[in-house]
Amino acid sequence: MMISEGIEDEDKWLTAGIAGLQQNAFYMHRALDTNNLKDALKYSAQMLSELRTSRLSPHKYYELYMRAFDELRKLEMFFREETKRGCSTIELYELVQHAGNILPRLYLLCTVGSVYIKSKEAPAKDVLKDLVEMCRGIQHPVRGLFLRSYLSQVTKDKLPDIGSEYEGDADTVMDALEFVLQNFTEMNKLWVRMQHQGPAREKEKREKERNELRDLVGKNLHVLSQIEGVDLEMYRDTVLPRVLEQVVNCKDELAQYYLMDCIIQVFPDEYHLQTLEILLSACPQLQPAVDIKTVLSRLMERLSNYAASSAEVLPEFFHVEAFAKLSNAIGQVIEAQVDMPIVGAVTLYSSLLTFSLHVHPDRLDYVDQILGACVGKLSGKGKLEDSKATKQIVTLLSAPLEKYNDIETALKLSNYPRFMEYLDDGTNKVMANVIIQSILKNKTCISTADKVEALFELIKGLIKDLDENLDDEFDEEDFNEEQSSVARLIQMLYNVDPEEMLKIICTVKKHILAGGTKRLPFTVPPLIFNSLKLVRNLQGQDESVSGDESSANPKKIFQLLNQTIEALSTVPASELALRLYLQCAEAANDCDLEPVAYEFFTQAYILYEEEISDSKAQITAIHLIIGTLQRMHIFGVENRDTLTHKATGYSAKLLKKPDQCRAVYACSHLFWVEDHENNKDGERVLFCLKRALRIANAAQQMANATRGSSGSVMLFIEILNKYLYFFEKGNSHITLDSIQGLIELITTEMQSETVTPDPTADAFFASTLRYIQFQKDKGGAVAEKYEPIKFLVSITS
Amino acid sequence: MVLVLAIGDLHIPHRAPDLPAKFKSMLVPGKIQHIICTGNLCIKEVHDYLKSLCPSLHITRGEYDEDARYPETKTITIGQFKLGLCHGHQVVPWGDLDSLAMLQRQLDVDILVSGHTHQFKAYKHEAGVVINPGSATGAYSSITYDVNPSFVLMDIDGLRVVVYVYELIDGEVKVDKIDFKKTATATTHSAH
Repeated sequence: MMISEGIEDEDKWLTAGIAGLQQNAFYMHRALDTNNLKDALKYSAQMLSELRTSRLSPHKYYELYMRAFDELRKLEMFFREETKRGCSTIELYELVQHAGNILPRLYLLCTVGSVYIKSKEAPAKDVLKDLVEMCRGIQHPVRGLFLRSYLSQVTKDKLPDIGSEYEGDADTVMDALEFVLQNFTEMNKLWVRMQHQGPAREKEKREKERNELRDLVGKNLHVLSQIEGVDLEMYRDTVLPRVLEQVVNCKDELAQYYLMDCIIQVFPDEYHLQTLEILLSACPQLQPAVDIKTVLSRLMERLSNYAASSAEVLPEFFHVEAFAKLSNAIGQVIEAQVDMPIVGAVTLYSSLLTFSLHVHPDRLDYVDQILGACVGKLSGKGKLEDSKATKQIVTLLSAPLEKYNDIETALKLSNYPRFMEYLDDGTNKVMANVIIQSILKNKTCISTADKVEALFELIKGLIKDLDENLDDEFDEEDFNEEQSSVARLIQMLYNVDPEEMLKIICTVKKHILAGGTKRLPFTVPPLIFNSLKLVRNLQGQDESVSGDESSANPKKIFQLLNQTIEALSTVPASELALRLYLQCAEAANDCDLEPVAYEFFTQAYILYEEEISDSKAQITAIHLIIGTLQRMHIFGVENRDTLTHKATGYSAKLLKKPDQCRAVYACSHLFWVEDHENNKDGERVLFCLKRALRIANAAQQMANATRGSSGSVMLFIEILNKYLYFFEKGNSHITLDSIQGLIELITTEMQSETVTPDPTADAFFASTLRYIQFQKDKGGAVAEKYEPIKFLVSITS
Repeated sequence: MVLVLAIGDLHIPHRAPDLPAKFKSMLVPGKIQHIICTGNLCIKEVHDYLKSLCPSLHITRGEYDEDARYPETKTITIGQFKLGLCHGHQVVPWGDLDSLAMLQRQLDVDILVSGHTHQFKAYKHEAGVVINPGSATGAYSSITYDVNPSFVLMDIDGLRVVVYVYELIDGEVKVDKIDFKKTATATTHSAH
């Protein structure tokens, strides 16, 4: 209630103030129109009296001030014309001082003063000096600030700057400087003092109001930066020390923070670079609560951009040893401000790192030095809880990766991994992901075991469980995605030298096997295939050449593979393990290592027998077993018999008859391998096909009994096709009669009244017969072979 | 004119980190009407990627695919052509043309697309075509040595199909073109 009433009152006062101002302005206009100087002065003084109010907040006061400012422009025009009409400026200057109240008097004096300088009847410096001294008469902060702001406004184009018309023998740029600096100093004092005006309970409101007025003070720095005559020397010897003196001495947080930032923003980059020492030396002298990290960060950001703008400016950075100076200053500030939150320190180091990456991209030692200092600050504080700080650290650690596009650079930084210890698990993972994505994006190949070791140390957040109580926030989709990234990463670890590659593989194995069972299904396959690629590279190389037992050889790698796949059984992930065993068996086959291949097959069989119980999984597994076994050529008769016998046995024991039938006829290929004359056993092929037929018959009877229909004609057509296959390949045990018999069986089956029509089977049979016809029409030996086969044309047309 | 992408055996991330960048820049959404994928993607991200290229996505299951919903075989009719899809590990001996031809008869398709061997192949067989698009990532294979990344684009237009093979050899994409025409007799044959 109080506040809203206060605002209403203020509005009332402002309205009254504006009304008073407008009324007097009206009379002033009339006096101006009639060239009545006396009345003009009288009414303008009365108009300006409205600015004497203490009841308005700075915001409202500004509104009133702007109206007065506009009116004073008209008065200034009048004064200028008055001097042309013969009235001397000095007389006017004296005349306005008759105004009764000091505030109107000073506004008028400033107005005439500006005309006075323009008339050049007196040296600019004398008038400026007089005005800036006279303004001391107002010590009320708000009124004083606006008055001096007015002074600054009306004189800024009349300073004796180099090249300006007001420069002369007596008027130098030093006078301009002196004037602005003095006005700045006085305004800052008023501004700082403002906080002590009024009751203590309104301090917060006052600080807010004070903040609104800051640009009035800062404007002076802007004017300083616009003075042409201020060269580097003058800036270094006069401007900066004087401004900093005021900043330090005012001992006010708000002013110090704002003005430091203002200095950094308004003066040119090259000046900052050349006066770094002076600017930075002020930092430790500021009040402890000043947000110096933001100030310094902005300074470094400006300098980084400056460095990035042109390569030509870089030598100057080296010359002034900018990095050392900034680094020192940051150290001092962090040391001095004991209470600075971690995020502050990290932000500072982050800015320094950005600076260093821009200015000294080749100085990796600087990067490491910064990281070291930052880690030093973190040490002894345990894991970081502050999410803002960890976010900053991710930025800090990502910066070198982005700059160098190369994880290898980061791996050279000794302090880089030390950071990970201070990150919470979530951030550790985020950082690990950033690293992996950087590697994948840039297609960086990690080529030595040492680097792999260092890398896995960095990304351990994704490699193993960091703490036990994960379950409450475990997200399976996120986890799968993370682990897929790790699997992709494993593909990037490569060296063309087999010795080094084996070392890499051993390193990866060590880490992933310690990663917990959940991760193994993701991390084991890429490692297996990396190893198999290495085996293939070694294949054909003469083993005796290397001689040395410790060197990379396929046998050794297969041992390692066996152990790695075995780890999957603890997951359990037996289906995956079975596939990997079979892949290894085939690789061992290609290396002519029969015992090794046999061992892998045995492992796969054990898994099949003991672990794979789902019927669908069994079907896939058995096809993979048959498919692989069919390709194995190193097995001796005994081993081969054992393995094929088992495979056929598994096939006949599948749950559903049709699946049994299909697996069994697939087994026929185990006894007939093209291009391997010693592995063509026509009798056993026929045996398999007959067994398949028996199963198909059994399936048909079963279907008849349970559903009263035949569902198995499809199987017969499939078997017919297998008969044709081996017939064509020249297996003498497959006779024309048996083929003819099958065709008739199928034809009868399909024409049977009890059978429900099956378009799929019809189409399959039709295309099979079409195939036979196709072969007949081919001519030559094939056609001769097929010629005796007879079938009813009606089926095909 | 319909463009059909045939792709398979990516084995991401088991055997390759990603599709080759050159392929990725060629495969952009909006150009392809259908994707037929023989399987072994192996993870959901790859499925999502293919889906982003073209919503009409047909996949059969490879032995390393996690997603158990993919069928073992699938047939799709595009224009005048009937296409059959199967990963191929079920067809013993692996990659054997005569055995694949039997599957082609069984599915009663004009074009059979299968994978597993990681070796690009396109045969004219009887009245049909048997295609293997190879491995899009050039993944390791126990069957084929020195696998080059490859995929196939089929341009189906009336009774004609042009098969374009894209193969990445030493960092360069090589394109080959094979032309097939379906005979009118073949179409009448399948009609009863």
